[in-house]
Amino acid sequence: MLDKNQIAKRIAQELQDGFYVNLGIGIPTLVANYISNDIDVVLQSENGLLGMGPFPFEGKEDPDLINAGKQTITTLDGSVFFNSATSFSMIRGEHVDLTVLGAMEVAENGDIANWKIPGKMVKGMGGAMDLVASAKNIIVAMMHTNKAGDSKLLSKCTLPITGINCVKKIVTNLAVLDVVENGFMLIERAPGVSVDMIKKATKGNLIVPEREIPEIKIN
Amino acid sequence: MINKVVNNKEEAVKGIQDNMIFMLGGFGLCGIPENAIAALVKSNAKGLTCISNNAGVDDFGLGLLLKNRQIKKMISSYVGENAEFERQLLSGELEVDLIPQGTLAERIRAGGAGIPAFFTPAGYGTEVSEGKEVRKFGNKMYILENCLKADYSFVKAWKGDTAGNLIYKGTARNFNPMMAMAGKITVAEVEELVEVGELDPIKYILLEFLFKEFSRERIMKKE
Repeated sequence: MLDKNQIAKRIAQELQDGFYVNLGIGIPTLVANYISNDIDVVLQSENGLLGMGPFPFEGKEDPDLINAGKQTITTLDGSVFFNSATSFSMIRGEHVDLTVLGAMEVAENGDIANWKIPGKMVKGMGGAMDLVASAKNIIVAMMHTNKAGDSKLLSKCTLPITGINCVKKIVTNLAVLDVVENGFMLIERAPGVSVDMIKKATKGNLIVPEREIPEIKIN
Repeated sequence: MINKVVNNKEEAVKGIQDNMIFMLGGFGLCGIPENAIAALVKSNAKGLTCISNNAGVDDFGLGLLLKNRQIKKMISSYVGENAEFERQLLSGELEVDLIPQGTLAERIRAGGAGIPAFFTPAGYGTEVSEGKEVRKFGNKMYILENCLKADYSFVKAWKGDTAGNLIYKGTARNFNPMMAMAGKITVAEVEELVEVGELDPIKYILLEFLFKEFSRERIMKKE
């Protein structure tokens, strides 16, 4: 099974040289720690920064320099600031190559739910709806099941959805799956996790190709 | 040049009345016009509609207006991290319109730019699109969103000159420049007030517009 950092490490392998990438809050934020030194990737922060750098050293924090998760961050050579309308022009205009998001549920048609639990959580969608409506490629980073042990990969979302037909790939603690026409295609399994375990933890239609399912490789 | 400086924050907000619509800049606790908000709290104006990306926290930013029961309606994209907000929402005291962040930013931009409405894909197929006009362009579905305007916009900038030109620092820019355009009256709060000519128009040519009134309060440094 993968932990959160290992999920982030696996997703980092999907990043390609020259990509502009938006990382959501939670596990997606961790992806920044594992980007290969062999590629140039530019991180976009929805609150108005292109070229996000690492977290500042203690004592070097600037309250006027934060990421979408409200954590203080740094800039890099070539970084640029802009207002929120320009930031979402970049997102809506499909200038961001890859978006990595967390989710509460993903449906087998690529629908995603990650913003609201009726009667329980009313925090709002932030930039998630804009991101999922326009991103060219969306990878979801999440646990395969929720705290109650129920599958988060469903035939249809039960929670209010954030966007339709948009998720392309899912990396969980158990597996890497592609969202294809008829369901979730199993691509890789986590070390020590059997195909049967993944089947049991997946409520939506799981497609298992007739070949050896390789283990996820992370350093 | 017209001098737009006022003596203090109270003077900047003296035209405020009950039931007015306000825009307030800021993302998280970054770029919040906290002194202008303090003046609004002091004015005790009630029944306000506040358009702001977030709702502040319990003891900072919009949280102070919530605590004083001055807000009737919030228009925001993300309102977590505020216990008083949640309490008022669940008890029905507070009306809330949650809208996607990019749509919120663009509705404000459109309000200041004379564009009454626009189509966006954000929220199509979700509860955000309920009751809205939907149209297909190419192979994609879009929803019609109206612009937003305000009676007052409160913005926070790093430096401003006496003519009302503003420049911003880092990610404290966020919603401030669009809101500065979308309010009938814009009150700008700056950390440094300089004379006209001191801000380099070439360097700052992209950086935004005028305001009508001006608070001279110096922002307190955040910890």
